[in-house]
Amino acid sequence: MSRGLARFFAGAVASFGLAAVVWEAFAWSGLFSPALSPSLRVIVPTLVGMVSSGMIFLHIGYTLYRILWGLALALLLGIPVGLLMGRFKAAERFVLPLVSVLSPIPSLAWVPVFILWFGLGDAASIALVFYAATFPVVLNTWTGVRSVNRLWIRAAQAMGAGGADLFRKVVLPGSLPFVIAGFRQAFARSWIAVVGGEMIAATNWGLGWVIFDSKEFLRADMMLGTLIVIGVLGVGFERLVFQQLERRTVGRWGMVRTAKA
Amino acid sequence: MFRASATLGLRRAAWGLAQLAFPFVVVAIAWEAFAILGPFPPRLFPRLDVIGSTFVRLIATGILPLHALDTILRLAAGFALGGVVGVVVGMLMGRHRWAEDLLVPVVSVGNPIPGLAYAPLFVLWFGLGNLPAVLLVGFSATFPVIVNTWTGVKAVKDIWIRAAQVMGAADRQLFRKVVLPGALPYVLTGLRLGLARAWRVLIAVEMLTSVSVGLGWLIFGAREFMNTDVMLAGIAVIGIVGLALEKLVFERIEQFTVVRWGMMQR
Amino acid sequence: MDQIELRAVSFEYTANGRRVLALSDVAFGVGVSEFVCVVGRSGCGKTTLLNILAGFLTPTKGEVLMDGKTLHGRGLDRGVVFQDFAQLFPWRTAQRNVEFGLEMKGVPRDERAATARRFLTLVGLDKFTGAYPHELSGGMQQRVAIARALAYNPSVLLMDEPFAALDALTREDMQRLLADVWRETKKTVVYVTHNVAEAVYLADRIVIMTPHPGTVKSQITVTLRRPRDPLSIEFLEYQKRVVADL
Repeated sequence: MSRGLARFFAGAVASFGLAAVVWEAFAWSGLFSPALSPSLRVIVPTLVGMVSSGMIFLHIGYTLYRILWGLALALLLGIPVGLLMGRFKAAERFVLPLVSVLSPIPSLAWVPVFILWFGLGDAASIALVFYAATFPVVLNTWTGVRSVNRLWIRAAQAMGAGGADLFRKVVLPGSLPFVIAGFRQAFARSWIAVVGGEMIAATNWGLGWVIFDSKEFLRADMMLGTLIVIGVLGVGFERLVFQQLERRTVGRWGMVRTAKA
Repeated sequence: MFRASATLGLRRAAWGLAQLAFPFVVVAIAWEAFAILGPFPPRLFPRLDVIGSTFVRLIATGILPLHALDTILRLAAGFALGGVVGVVVGMLMGRHRWAEDLLVPVVSVGNPIPGLAYAPLFVLWFGLGNLPAVLLVGFSATFPVIVNTWTGVKAVKDIWIRAAQVMGAADRQLFRKVVLPGALPYVLTGLRLGLARAWRVLIAVEMLTSVSVGLGWLIFGAREFMNTDVMLAGIAVIGIVGLALEKLVFERIEQFTVVRWGMMQR
Repeated sequence: MDQIELRAVSFEYTANGRRVLALSDVAFGVGVSEFVCVVGRSGCGKTTLLNILAGFLTPTKGEVLMDGKTLHGRGLDRGVVFQDFAQLFPWRTAQRNVEFGLEMKGVPRDERAATARRFLTLVGLDKFTGAYPHELSGGMQQRVAIARALAYNPSVLLMDEPFAALDALTREDMQRLLADVWRETKKTVVYVTHNVAEAVYLADRIVIMTPHPGTVKSQITVTLRRPRDPLSIEFLEYQKRVVADL
């Protein structure tokens, strides 16, 4: 193990240790009743119970199902639209005004409307994720196409590439760093949308719903346990999906600097 | 001669405006077609004239401005809180190794958790209303500010610091005259991201913490009576406020850093 | 007969509302398998000239003949090497970069790979076929670029200061390498540079251009035996003659 890595782990242990100590002090301070600020001695068993009963995995499953559907739809629509915008001025002129008016509206503002349109449940949450994720994908893909190095295009043209070949073999890989950045941003926004959506619009399943439902029964331990799960999932996706994706493509190609292992 | 060029300019402006309006006209037509032919009853999918008249009525009676004002005040308070805390913590992390070692893991785990997920917890602790809403908005906004400020301080080039030291700068001066301006573009980026995040979270927070007045609460409350037109009018105002934030605040900040220093790419 | 013939080529463009004459009545020919260096100070239009030969720009007056026919646009009969290392595609390995032109020609995969490896060997990079551009040094990247421009077998090689961004020692190595490659492949080369010693080292003939507007001032035929010795008296004499005309 390298010294840098050792230092990182030592830092992490100290860091989380300190956070735990601060939390315990807060829990025992009597600032709030123990039911509202439970000690780790309560939170950890609750979390273990949620995991061992398997319930948490069902909730995770529902939340991921909604996120992945919404994201897939957003990529399916957003990448082609972004590519078209980068390629054709007319597409840019048509889409850009709409995007710049719609994207500052937080996705969650649509929750009440989507509930009325799609009812409570999966459809409303998926629609929310879709709304939240589409704009970052479109904007980043568009930026990516525009920032493709002109020299690559020239070199490819000099070698006889044009039309579809030029697009598939040069423009697409050339804009990949931005497309991945858009994907990552879209995921972060989707997370917010799905948790918020589940709190307000879900029925019985999903991590957001668990948190919200725990409030009714004053189960702060359950809320905090779920928050930890959400945090772990977020870090997990970053490490396992986005960093891997980057490392194997644009990082391998030296187009972006990737985080160290 | 002057006249001719003036009308030419006018015509060009009109053409530009028409180009800008065209996509919205297309969307409006699609909306109307869907409202008339689609499966939803008018109550759930109102026509544009209904939304428009509701919008005008709510503006004229002062209801929308009132809610919008409250939302903006809440945004300002939350963002100010998150911004100050974020810059201080970020600076600390950038300047002191111990702070960095201690805080980086907590921040990197805390950052990807949507601030909104804490909403019910904050409601348990602080009750309903303004306090949890403002705290939560501040909490959400603070992470991007921390991360960017920290990065910014770390990105201050050693050669600048050495140059300043050679010219006799003491620690305090070094910080104020080299580190701070050097990190500023990053700090501003962080503030921009923080504000954007605060804005995204705020509307939902207003729904969850049952503030008495606010755009989020307005559209959420309208659900009880299936007033889709009120919701959409509220969303329109949210869009206007969001757009104003973008044009008046974000783009200004970006201009400032890009033009003044030419330091940021993109 | 000359393979390339420029006939009174002029090029004019508009910048900030002002019309700028970048090239004015440029005329010269390049023979088959001849190595011609175009030398001039920055702003003399030599890069514009190369871009016209490559087909990225069209002359506003005059024409370029290639094998007796008027040149229209780009073509696989010409290979181009630019100055910037960034010309390589970062998402392709050295070998896959070299394969690109062959891919465009529709050459089958196995043959493509074999050809690419052959040309990488020619430029001394047979051990780096699987490396990505960012893993290679600047000089190596330019060698890949040369292999890439040669691989699809164009009859003409157009080079725009390919070694200008390299350090002096690497540049000398690269010049030797290019001279060897040229001797082996017998391509017609048009090579743009502002480095006089480089031009004398490489060229059969040097075309000297002067700016505002870009015109051909003179042409000097270099009759030194190859390989040339940059420290010989004759070599220095040639350098003096070129510098005198710049």
